[in-house]
Amino acid sequence: MQTLFNFSRRRFLQNGAAAAGGLVLGFHLPAGGRLARAAAGEAAINAWLRIAPDDTITVTVAHSEMGQGVYTSLPMLVAEELEVDWTKVRAEFAPADQVYRNRLFGIQATGGSTSIRSSFDHLRQAGATAREMLRRAAAEAWGVPVEACRGQAGRVVHEASGRAAGYGELAAAAAKLEPPAEVPLKKPGDWGLIGTAVARLDVPAKVDGSAGFGIDVKLPGMLIATVLASPVFGGRLKSVDETPALAVKGVRAVVPLESAVAVVAEGYWPALKGLEALAPVWDEGPHAAMSDATIRAELSAALKQDGAVAHNEGDATAALAGADRRLEAAYEVPYLAHATMEPMNATARVTDTGVEVWAPTQGQGPIQHAVAGLLGIAPAQVKVHTTFLGGGFGRRFETDFVVQAVLVSKAVGAPVKLVWSREEDMRQDFYRPAAMARLRAGLNATGEPVAWHVRLAAPSIMSRALPDYVKDGIDPSSVEGAADSPYAFANQRVEYAMRHFGVPVGFWRSVGNSQNAFFVESFLDELAHAADRDPLAYRLGLLGDHPRHRKVLETAAQAAGWGRAAPEGRFRGIALHESFGSIAAEVAEISVAKGREIKLHRMTCAIDCGRTINPDTVVAQMESGIVYGLTAALFGRITIAAGRVQEGNFDSYPMLDLAQMPEVEVRIVESGAALGGVGEPGTPPAAPALANALFAATGKRIRSLPLSRHGFSAV
Amino acid sequence: MAVSIKVNGTERRVEVDPETPLLWVLRDTLGLTGTKFGCGIAACGACTVHVDGAAIRSCVTPVEAVAGSEVTTIEGLSPDRGHAVQVAWIAEQVPQCGYCQSGMIMAAAALLSETPRPSDSEIDEAVTNICRCGTYARVRRAIHRAARA
Repeated sequence: MQTLFNFSRRRFLQNGAAAAGGLVLGFHLPAGGRLARAAAGEAAINAWLRIAPDDTITVTVAHSEMGQGVYTSLPMLVAEELEVDWTKVRAEFAPADQVYRNRLFGIQATGGSTSIRSSFDHLRQAGATAREMLRRAAAEAWGVPVEACRGQAGRVVHEASGRAAGYGELAAAAAKLEPPAEVPLKKPGDWGLIGTAVARLDVPAKVDGSAGFGIDVKLPGMLIATVLASPVFGGRLKSVDETPALAVKGVRAVVPLESAVAVVAEGYWPALKGLEALAPVWDEGPHAAMSDATIRAELSAALKQDGAVAHNEGDATAALAGADRRLEAAYEVPYLAHATMEPMNATARVTDTGVEVWAPTQGQGPIQHAVAGLLGIAPAQVKVHTTFLGGGFGRRFETDFVVQAVLVSKAVGAPVKLVWSREEDMRQDFYRPAAMARLRAGLNATGEPVAWHVRLAAPSIMSRALPDYVKDGIDPSSVEGAADSPYAFANQRVEYAMRHFGVPVGFWRSVGNSQNAFFVESFLDELAHAADRDPLAYRLGLLGDHPRHRKVLETAAQAAGWGRAAPEGRFRGIALHESFGSIAAEVAEISVAKGREIKLHRMTCAIDCGRTINPDTVVAQMESGIVYGLTAALFGRITIAAGRVQEGNFDSYPMLDLAQMPEVEVRIVESGAALGGVGEPGTPPAAPALANALFAATGKRIRSLPLSRHGFSAV
Repeated sequence: MAVSIKVNGTERRVEVDPETPLLWVLRDTLGLTGTKFGCGIAACGACTVHVDGAAIRSCVTPVEAVAGSEVTTIEGLSPDRGHAVQVAWIAEQVPQCGYCQSGMIMAAAALLSETPRPSDSEIDEAVTNICRCGTYARVRRAIHRAARA
């Protein structure tokens, strides 16, 4: 089944171009087209919006809503140009179609903090084009020049005659018009909606239980399944005696898969009881002896050899040799699970005539390709219905759980909702890779770094997921945040040693940045202390030609009170990191009791994401990214023994909770620079800011995560 | 075997194994999917509902244990999102992915009915639900807001 995940980006692009046909520019579809999905009386102006007679505007959201706020911020882009009353705007998830592809990926998928960046131009254009069509429809109806008609708050107004008509009234006529090729867009200074803290459209449904997640899907005649895959990575199902499961009341079928066994029942509970009654026999495959020790030994050995060069400037080796002082440190992070609150699940209905999938997914395009490959049909024949996602964090970019649901539905000839247990979710993840780093630096007489040498060793995500991205031994996702440092190191060399193990690895919120920011920002802190310099001043001194980075760092530091005495017993640590086009700095303020009990008092964050679409969303994403990073730094660790994951649930893979949660203060630095993402950039600085604060508090330099391994707890 | 339970004010008779956790009776048998499955071991709180007004974790509560009790789910908290906690939740824009929020809201509502003006430490004590989106700071603010309402 592993080959199913081996999709290539190039293939997607080729297929995508074919599927999109003439719609290269993209967003327009004639009214009544296959994507219009207009209910009776509604008019689809283009693929992105339709208007009902009561002036309700429904905007199609092509990206997945996993908490990051796109269900609101993407419609804001359309609405800004359309000139509407925001209270009339509704959102709806798009069907899977190349029209709705992520313009930065070439396929329909959500990730890499790209939702706004990949939609910014064409969604505003969709809104502007629709507004022009509505204006023209009004002008034609009234026999007046179109220039004299204005779109305003959901109506077209002709001031000279005092005539006005709601968009709902004009929509049917507008939809019949040929759309203008290109419409000039508003200048940022003219924006009325973009940049304001608009309330999220999905919040009402998320406070009354009515928001539909994947796990809530219900179809007529649907059965519910749960599954156990080979606990050893890479293992296969040899045999299974189905009898004990079939003896459980409510169980309908046992479905053996290549590397897993599923039990299908009338509900999740009998399915789980049935599964627990089974004693599947596994062919454990080649990884049955794999453990943390074997993985660490290989990574550690890799650090002793030259790696592929990811970045080289000057002569780091010579500069190190000639430096007044030399520092060297070894850093390490473990595998991490995503642990979305909603366990993996998908619903599939496979019939003789086609296949439909309902899924909390970040990868509608990848699902179409994976399922099409499985069933020998064209990708466009795979209908994908996107639900709300109970967290994504990169896990739901994968298609493994959807493929299972399709196989099980096909096997039993009925619609099947396949729901993983929490244990399955934790043990069959695509993990943030374990990684090791050796960092070396040379300082001159005044403590400035004259040489910087980083060697990274880690499994590669892209080699499996998007192999076209891997070149000359470098997986860009493995070195991101280390090979592109903003600091002025005159001589620097960054190397990467790619090592493959049997543990599946995948995109975990902020990907390579999640570990590389910890390595770089911790070691830089070591340099500052070795040079007897203030960590903030030391960093600022190395950011001479990076004014945005300086501003972000200074903003966070100032808001945190850096340079002023912290309250009695509290200590601060600072970190800066650029990722996904945005720059974030964070200051952790902590106290430590009994040498081991960490109290997180306050996290102060500054973010420059270029321009802000919805400031409350940006704040929320920083809060969220910080908690995700702190949780991993404090507790996150997936351990491998005998080829399998030892952790299984939140008791062994703990999460930061409300009592441990620090205050979070976020400052947005509005630079007007190119748009950056916000879903991930809050995560990378959290771990080094915390570890640096811990050093300030205890004098202990923690070079491997999580902190719990070193006896620290959070209170 | 049939078990009779009262959910959101209505008597329901369900044909299930009496040991079936209340969570799955609510979700799979009664179609009340607002209550969520997160862990199955009472560790995350996504499945929190009220039994006779107290917050309990329905994923480890056998349905037979609540026979004769009043069960309230998120769907029954208010007919119109008008419960003070829901109003505060909207005002503070608490949810992100939203998956844990039904359980959070039920935990908060139970706390406030018992302790109308909870302190921070009383909130810490009562709301031990897990949120992977990190909405905790807003959860705390929303509980204080609801307490003032």
